[in-house]
Amino acid sequence: MARYIFRRLLSLIPVLLGVSIIVFFLVRLIPGSALQMYLGTQVEATPEQMEELRRIFGEDKPIPVLYIEWLGRLLHGDLGYSLRTGRQVLPDILQRLPLSFELTVFALFLALLIGIPLGIIGAVKKNPILDIVIRITGLLGLSLPQFWLASLMVIAFSSFRGFIPMGNYIPFIQAPLENIRMMLLPSLAIGIGLAAVIMRYMRNSMLEVMQMDYIRTAQAKGLKRKIVISRHALKNAILPVITIAGFNTGYLLGGAIVIEEVFALPGMGRLVLYAIYQRDYPLIQGIVLIIALMFVLINLLTDLLYAAIDPRIRLDQKET
Amino acid sequence: MQQLIPEFALTKRRHESMSRIFKNSIAVIGMCIILFYVLVIVVSQFWLPFDPLDMDTINMLQPPSFETGHVLGTDEFGRDILSRIMKGAGISFLISISATALGGFIGTFMGIWSGFLGGAWDNWIMRLADILFSFPSLLLAIFVMAVLGEHTYNVIIAISIGYIPQFARIARGSILSIKNNEFIRASFASGASRSHILIHHLLPNIIMPIIVQSSLSLSVAILLESALSFLGLGVQPPYPSWGNMLSSSRKVMILAPWTAIYPGLAIMLLVLGFNLLGDGLRDIMDPRLRNIQ
Repeated sequence: MARYIFRRLLSLIPVLLGVSIIVFFLVRLIPGSALQMYLGTQVEATPEQMEELRRIFGEDKPIPVLYIEWLGRLLHGDLGYSLRTGRQVLPDILQRLPLSFELTVFALFLALLIGIPLGIIGAVKKNPILDIVIRITGLLGLSLPQFWLASLMVIAFSSFRGFIPMGNYIPFIQAPLENIRMMLLPSLAIGIGLAAVIMRYMRNSMLEVMQMDYIRTAQAKGLKRKIVISRHALKNAILPVITIAGFNTGYLLGGAIVIEEVFALPGMGRLVLYAIYQRDYPLIQGIVLIIALMFVLINLLTDLLYAAIDPRIRLDQKET
Repeated sequence: MQQLIPEFALTKRRHESMSRIFKNSIAVIGMCIILFYVLVIVVSQFWLPFDPLDMDTINMLQPPSFETGHVLGTDEFGRDILSRIMKGAGISFLISISATALGGFIGTFMGIWSGFLGGAWDNWIMRLADILFSFPSLLLAIFVMAVLGEHTYNVIIAISIGYIPQFARIARGSILSIKNNEFIRASFASGASRSHILIHHLLPNIIMPIIVQSSLSLSVAILLESALSFLGLGVQPPYPSWGNMLSSSRKVMILAPWTAIYPGLAIMLLVLGFNLLGDGLRDIMDPRLRNIQ
């Protein structure tokens, strides 16, 4: 297992380097230099003054050198300074991170809680009508725009106090119940699509496993159907579902950006939108990097979890 | 005759054919929904109930009613919601189809190249795909929009970039799965050129998975476009798109829920259409799924 973890960690290095290259160079594509953005439209600098400013800000070197320098600062936790506030970007992002993180985790939890049992029922109950109902519900869940669902929730729950967050955020440690009541609807709006995906995969995977010989053997031994399903089938059927859930957390992270906007929750999503409206590129860069890093780490966790559950992976996997 | 066939076999067969018909019918239903939207778009080029940009301050926030002619009501500027939804359909469709075509074409090309040639190219292209996969698709789209600026054409690019690795993986996987088949080797042995094998033997075999993925990608593109427009990064007001209609409805939706309900329904139904089509096609072509139903 240790070797597997090590190999998996090693494979992260090129991916993270690639991510940093993309984030760095895409921002360089912006028409007009960041310096002009910093000066604003009111200030007009002569070419000589611009040259001087560029030298002061260290922007006069070739781009590959700039990238290496930027990467060096990144590794020391320096994501640059905001063009608007002049403050370090990282603390502002980290302050917003817990809310977005909680939204994502809560949404994932709800998606699993809804998707897995429904998927199992869909596979185990031999009822064609229920089957069709579950499939259509699954497709409907996939087709729901998250932000629309959130808007409908706001309309439906507008008269119930406490369910619709009003721009503030109460951390879980401060008041757990308030926090959960407040985060329930936003998380549900984010997670419902993934719940549909999980349900479909769970059902298919369960149907496949139920046809295996060892399940037939277990049934032939006279074990109760419930035990066969819960002990033998579920354990194997749930494996691909874990991968799917992990892979789709990116979808949840993206969803959190939009849903924070609907419920006016002060998370990273609102921060990135604010940064885009303000053309605060270092801030945008920082948030995109942090979210991509979170996503990469979640995928790593998923892989490790998978390997922990299924010994076949870590024993004979040579190349992913 | 009936006694000759055991009861369980009969019900099994009935169940099988029922589910086969159901599978085909979900693809057909999906197709019908999509064709309905195409019809709406064509009609909207020549005729709309009202001018979708025309403000009418007397008729602000009218509830849906047949008497006023505003079948789905009016928004906070008195603009007719049905007309705006119809006009927005064209924009959403155009963006989704262009984005899927662009990303699908580049991705498929890269995937074929990667799978067919193998070696170092394969390695580099797949690493690039891994890197692009490290960004959640909506985040990538938002980031690209922030860099390129808010413009309809940029929405197409922003969405398509996330599609490139998806199509590349599928095309590569399909190529790899058939590359070493006997009939390909026989072709090589009988002296067929690489391009001949690629065009006549490999392409026909990967076309189905690409079509299925395109259908599913179209559904996601509709959702991404509406999310971008909702956030103010996509189609800019006053031009209607379903996303920006939902965005502007937020200020008034508790008073006038119809401003939020109908544009969202329009999105959901079209996305459902593409999902049904993609799902149906996948079931039809994947015999493994057929057996376990």
